[in-house]
Amino acid sequence: MADSLYGAEQARGVWVWLEHDGQALAGVSLELLAKGRELADKAGEPLTGFILGHEAGSLAEEALSRGVDEILLGDNPLLKNYTTDLYCAAAAEAVLKHKPNLLLLGATPDGRDLAGRLAVRLRTGLTADCTNMEMKPEDPSLLLSEVTGFGGGIAAIIACLRHRPQMATVRPGVFLAALSAKKSGAELRRFSPSLEGVPRRVEIVKRSIGAEVDITKSKFLVIGGRGIRGDFGLLRELAGLVGAEIGASRVAVDEGWIGKEHMVGQTGFVTRPKVALICGVSGALQFTVGVASAETVVAINLDRSAPIFESADYCVAQDLFKVLPPLIKELRNSK
Amino acid sequence: MTENSGGFHTIVCLKVVPRPEEVVVDPQTKTLDRAKARSLVNPPDLNALEMALELKEICGGSVSILSMGPPFFEPYLRLAMSLGADRAYLLSDRTFGGADTLATTYTLAKGIQKIGKWDLALCGEESSDGATAQVPPGLAEWLDAAQVTYAFQMAPADQGRMRVRREVKGGWEELMVSLPAVVSVKGNVNEPRFIDFDRRRWALNDSPVTVWSAADIGAQADLIGFPGSPTTVAGVRQVGGRERRKQFLEGTPEEIARELARLLKTQAGSR
Repeated sequence: MADSLYGAEQARGVWVWLEHDGQALAGVSLELLAKGRELADKAGEPLTGFILGHEAGSLAEEALSRGVDEILLGDNPLLKNYTTDLYCAAAAEAVLKHKPNLLLLGATPDGRDLAGRLAVRLRTGLTADCTNMEMKPEDPSLLLSEVTGFGGGIAAIIACLRHRPQMATVRPGVFLAALSAKKSGAELRRFSPSLEGVPRRVEIVKRSIGAEVDITKSKFLVIGGRGIRGDFGLLRELAGLVGAEIGASRVAVDEGWIGKEHMVGQTGFVTRPKVALICGVSGALQFTVGVASAETVVAINLDRSAPIFESADYCVAQDLFKVLPPLIKELRNSK
Repeated sequence: MTENSGGFHTIVCLKVVPRPEEVVVDPQTKTLDRAKARSLVNPPDLNALEMALELKEICGGSVSILSMGPPFFEPYLRLAMSLGADRAYLLSDRTFGGADTLATTYTLAKGIQKIGKWDLALCGEESSDGATAQVPPGLAEWLDAAQVTYAFQMAPADQGRMRVRREVKGGWEELMVSLPAVVSVKGNVNEPRFIDFDRRRWALNDSPVTVWSAADIGAQADLIGFPGSPTTVAGVRQVGGRERRKQFLEGTPEEIARELARLLKTQAGSR
């Protein structure tokens, strides 16, 4: 077996890549810091938040109060916006210098773009879209990552035995961000990545960032699937009345009925609302992992034997097009 | 139609995946049992192929299909040729088995290098069985090429570059990309075309499918399959969701609506 660029005996420290848009740290990065703190304590290793950017000092200061032992800030004007070649070069330089044991990234578009390339450059293993992570009790420097999506209600535990760093990505919403206080002695360290000679094969000519839909933060979700037959109208009306966000199953997204930012489940978002009202979703495991942490699940599906009812608190085996209109009327009258 | 006679050359990486709802895991061997599952071409890969064929209509040149997998993939590659691709390469060797992303991307990169001159390699944004989207960036790294992930629009630009729009968190960005480049294409960005019946007979019988072994592409034994894969399945676990009440509400739609309205208001009350 070919080796990674440094070995397990040299590796120490839990690193979290802190993604940001220049204004604020990404939610998933804060979630990973909370989980990273727990893993670092188990391993008896320090927790480092790793930021790349330009003039990101205030973001680094903010991250410093999130329970880390240190923040490592790589500053360069070329790092103002994310581009693969430059970010990958800067990240690889820092990783090879400090040799962390773990490197965790959010499974966002840019996080996945970076992780996939960096893992190959470092010749190491990458576990994508983990739904849980823990350090192995008998060997606390080894990360055990859980991934679902294998069907049949089974999750696989993935380990990267010899290659370092142990890399993993996690989707937004899987872990909770803790409001941890600043750790005494927490330190901000800066470095200047040497980016001369790094090819710049991709140039950003325009960016258009709008208001972001974030269903992972919603307290109330109204979710539609195949059974809504392409029409989110009733669901939107209902959602508007109760201040809910719209969620969707993979089928609804694949059919092009709604954007992927609304997708709930294994390949979408893991949500934790107080209430999820699920309409016309059959309820495969790939979907239900996305609402497993909901406090209350209400499901409407015409088919009384649909698996979604195994994952629901309140079950309505009726035509959703017959139930939703009077429900909307009730909610409107009682406003 | 078969020779790579120069011109703009796009390679589309295509994966054959089991229908997700038909895959089971063997708890003893901890492996996916695909035997009982029917297969299909990974849906976003067809969007990538469609994008390649649209580019071919603009730029000319040719489109090759590249896949790694067992011999039964071949009919799916021929399907891609009946849609408009010119030739296909199948990397097939027992020693490729058990590959994680590192070994998979290495193997595909060796395949692309063996094919020779190329301008663009397109992949679907993610596979419906793995859904990790980590192959395109890894492939780009092995090939030392530019990479763009989550592309939804692409057009030729000046100086051998492409103008590409990609999705980012909360929006999109437009990029000028130097070739050669590996680009992952978002699912549903276009409508894959129907089979071209004029090509069908040729595609099914005469179209060139080249099968290459590990030795053919000069792959290093310690970088492919199980030996080339740093990650390993350490165990499996039954995923237990929380216990739910599973209480059915009965009655007319109006009665149920009243009960639901009451429930929703109480449950979400502290909103």
